[in-house]
Amino acid sequence: MSVANPNLHYLHHYRLDPSSRRSTSQTPKMPFKRYVEIGRIALVNYGKDYGKLVVIVDVIDQNRALVDAPDMVRGQMNFKRLTLTDIKIDINRVPKKKTLVAALEAADVKNKWESSSWGRKLIVQKKRASLNDFDRFKIMLAKIKKAGVVRQELAKLKKETTA
Amino acid sequence: MSYKFHQFQVVGRALPTETDEKPKIYRMKLWATNEVRAKSKFWYFLRKLKKVKKSNGQMLAINEIFEKNPTTIKNYGIWLRYQSRTGYHNMYKEYRDTTLNGGVEQMYTEMASRHRVRHHCIQVIKTATIPAKLCKRESTKQFHNSKIKFPLVFKKVRPPTRKLKTTYKASRPNLFV
Repeated sequence: MSVANPNLHYLHHYRLDPSSRRSTSQTPKMPFKRYVEIGRIALVNYGKDYGKLVVIVDVIDQNRALVDAPDMVRGQMNFKRLTLTDIKIDINRVPKKKTLVAALEAADVKNKWESSSWGRKLIVQKKRASLNDFDRFKIMLAKIKKAGVVRQELAKLKKETTA
Repeated sequence: MSYKFHQFQVVGRALPTETDEKPKIYRMKLWATNEVRAKSKFWYFLRKLKKVKKSNGQMLAINEIFEKNPTTIKNYGIWLRYQSRTGYHNMYKEYRDTTLNGGVEQMYTEMASRHRVRHHCIQVIKTATIPAKLCKRESTKQFHNSKIKFPLVFKKVRPPTRKLKTTYKASRPNLFV
C-alpha cells in the first residue's frame, strides 16, 4: 500500500496482533451470534402459535425450552419450532408473569421488533395477505404513478448526458 | 400436550365375606393409556401382593391424576423393573420435564429405543420429583445452570405448515442458525 507521506512508512509495522486478542479471552471466536439463553426472544415458526414472539424462560433439556408470552399460558416448546432473534431481555430464571410483562415493557421489545428489518418484513407480508380487491387496485394505480415519475426523472437525466 | 400414558389412582378391595366383614382397602397409583387398562393393571399387581383376584374383589374408585404445576420444570427419577431377552432387571432413570406424565412417556420411549423393551415389559416401581442437588445423572445435571447458554448449531428450515411442503427445492437450504 502506498503512503502519501514517506515519513509514515513505519506505521505499517504496527498492525493489530491477532495473538494479543487471545490473551484477553480464552474462548476462540464463535461464529454464533444468537444463543439459547434465559431472556432470549424467539419467533414461533410452526404450529398453533405461529408468528408469535415468545421469551425463553427456562431450558428443559437439549431439545425443549419453557417458553412464555404475555398472552399465552407458559408451556414447553421444541427448539425446532423456534427461530431465535437478536433481542434479549434481562430476566431471572422462570420469572413471575407480572415481572416478565414488566421486563418486556422495559426493554421495549415490541417497538424494537417492529422497527427491525425482519419485523417490518413480517408486517408487510401480513398486510399484503389481508388486502381486498379494491386495495390491490389502489396499489396498482400507485405503482403505475411511481413508475411514471421514475421514468420522467430517468428521461431528464438521459437528456442531460446526451446533450 | 397430549400424553399417551395417563396416571390413575385405583382403589379396590376384596369382596366382604362372612369371615372378613371389612377387608383392607388398597390404593395404587399407576400409568396406563386408559381407565380400562388401569383397572386391569391394578388387579395384576394386587394379585401378586395379596390373595385377591378381580373375581372376588371390587373396584372402589378410579380417578385420573393430573399434574399440579405443569408450568414448572422438574427433575423426575423413575425406578423401573423391566424384562430383557435374558431376564428381569431394575433400573433408575432421570428425566427433566414439566409433568410427570411427560417424564414417564420419555422413559417408555427411551427404554424402547435404547434397550428394545416394549411397554408391556416395563413395570414402574416408583417415581419421585428429585431436587436438583440429588440428581445422579450428568445428562440432567448439565441443565442445572441458571445462566445456561448455548447456540443452536443446526437449523433445518421447515415450511410452516405441512401443506407447503414440496419434494424438490430450487436452491440448497442455509442451515446456519
